Amino acid sequence: MKKMTKHDIVVIGAGPAGMAAALAAYEAGVKDILVLERDCEAGGILNQCIHNGFGLHRFGEELSGPEYAGKYIDMLKDTSVQIQLGTTVLNIENKIVSAVSSKNGFEQIEAKSIILAMGCRERNRGPISVPGDRGRGVFTAGAAQRYLNIEGYLVGKRIVILGSGDIGLIMARRMTLEGAKVLAVAEIMPFTNGLSRNVAQCLEDFDIPLYLSHTVTNVIGKNKLEGIEISQVDEKMKPIKGTEKRFDCDTLLLSVGLVPENELTRTANIELDPRTKGATVGEDMQTSESGVFACGNVLHVHDLVDYVSAESERAGKSAANYVLNGKSEVSNTTLVSNGMNVSYTVPQRINKDNVEKSVDIFFRVRKKMRLGEIRVESEGEKIASFKREFLAPAEMEKITIPKVLLDKAQGNLTVTAIEVEDAQ
Amino acid sequence: MKEMICIVCPRGCHLTVDEQTLEVNGNFCPRGAEYGKNEITSPMRTITGSVGIKGGIHPRLAVRTDRAVPKEKMFEIMDILHSCTVFSPVKRGQVIIQNVCGTGANIISSRDM
Repeated sequence: MKKMTKHDIVVIGAGPAGMAAALAAYEAGVKDILVLERDCEAGGILNQCIHNGFGLHRFGEELSGPEYAGKYIDMLKDTSVQIQLGTTVLNIENKIVSAVSSKNGFEQIEAKSIILAMGCRERNRGPISVPGDRGRGVFTAGAAQRYLNIEGYLVGKRIVILGSGDIGLIMARRMTLEGAKVLAVAEIMPFTNGLSRNVAQCLEDFDIPLYLSHTVTNVIGKNKLEGIEISQVDEKMKPIKGTEKRFDCDTLLLSVGLVPENELTRTANIELDPRTKGATVGEDMQTSESGVFACGNVLHVHDLVDYVSAESERAGKSAANYVLNGKSEVSNTTLVSNGMNVSYTVPQRINKDNVEKSVDIFFRVRKKMRLGEIRVESEGEKIASFKREFLAPAEMEKITIPKVLLDKAQGNLTVTAIEVEDAQ
Repeated sequence: MKEMICIVCPRGCHLTVDEQTLEVNGNFCPRGAEYGKNEITSPMRTITGSVGIKGGIHPRLAVRTDRAVPKEKMFEIMDILHSCTVFSPVKRGQVIIQNVCGTGANIISSRDM
């Protein structure tokens, strides 16, 4: 067994979050940074997201996923940040990271600070209880994306997609361009879960039918998938008898949501938020364990990598500050919670003493609103208010609360969204 | 009047375009106005895909057009990509195919490999 090594900061995951956090920590003055990555290259899921649309906020140009990752890989090359590939982290306990790799076998690394950047994973057939046969031909959309874009295998020729999340929409277009026929995209909700632009450029461009308020009610094919039956659902999401439609197909792709991958966080006894399924964090991205930070999709699932980078830079800076200046006093903590029509907030707490000019709060709304007012309240009193157009659960929103307004709050904060028609 | 979602950026503005005057409303930025106009006259798309690669860590290399190309050329360009194989090493941004299908756009590599 290798002797225990020591590093100032250990980052878990070399996807967009881990790379941006490592770079920001380096730029903030910490030179001894180790990034552990289980894949054979850095970049994470960006490497299989070969479509464009990344980087408009961050780099001011429209890039593909691998290009966005490549820019960060190049920036890290000019630093002393080390990326150790092919390494799976098994456990984190008291700032000691246990990992295993073919190169080093089992090893333990002691860190002054740890940044969690493990990303998320796809929800699959089990948690959504898709009924029917268990023949081959059912994939998560992301798995099919990896087979196609990295390995070069098209998993089927006649496709039905369940779920209208962005990955499902992107794969509808990709598989069509590669010669497959996408027969239907079924979405159980009465609205799509992807960005509007993806509905336009991935479905409408190719005349792919979108069935809203529909779900898969049967999977047919004992050994190999032969067909999919979808049915309309009522407002309680129960399938309506007599609305069944059958599609003869060889592949069902599931694009039914992403879940932050927090097994390491859970076993480290770091507090998790049941709403985001990620750690609870302060405005500095610090988790409930002092010196452990979290950022990116492991914290809450983002729609845009540009926002992952921005959030991860905050985590990196905070980790560097922790290493260089020691732990900050937690004295003036304000809790942030979600009120009416808001499903969660990140951060979940704010240390007012740490806020210099303003603090950003990220959240999602529960329902679509043409025009909405986002209200920040403290003990029933309105602290700040923001107008937003076209609010949708599929699109993460951000508000920036200036310090002057934040300081007015006497107690904890609640973020609510009110449809403007029924606002007073 | 034609209603459409702008695809220029993730904001996804709801545009209305007058098919006669080509006047665009609902756009947040000037690029949206251009997009709305083009969508009526000659819709353009950036094409992303992959080509084969020998000697790399993976068998496929992600590529894209370096600018938007006419939408109706999409499948013609995909056919060209299907028949193309390159050799490692390739640099990000390197031109793989010049002036693909006479569009004036080049196919460039999306990554180093």
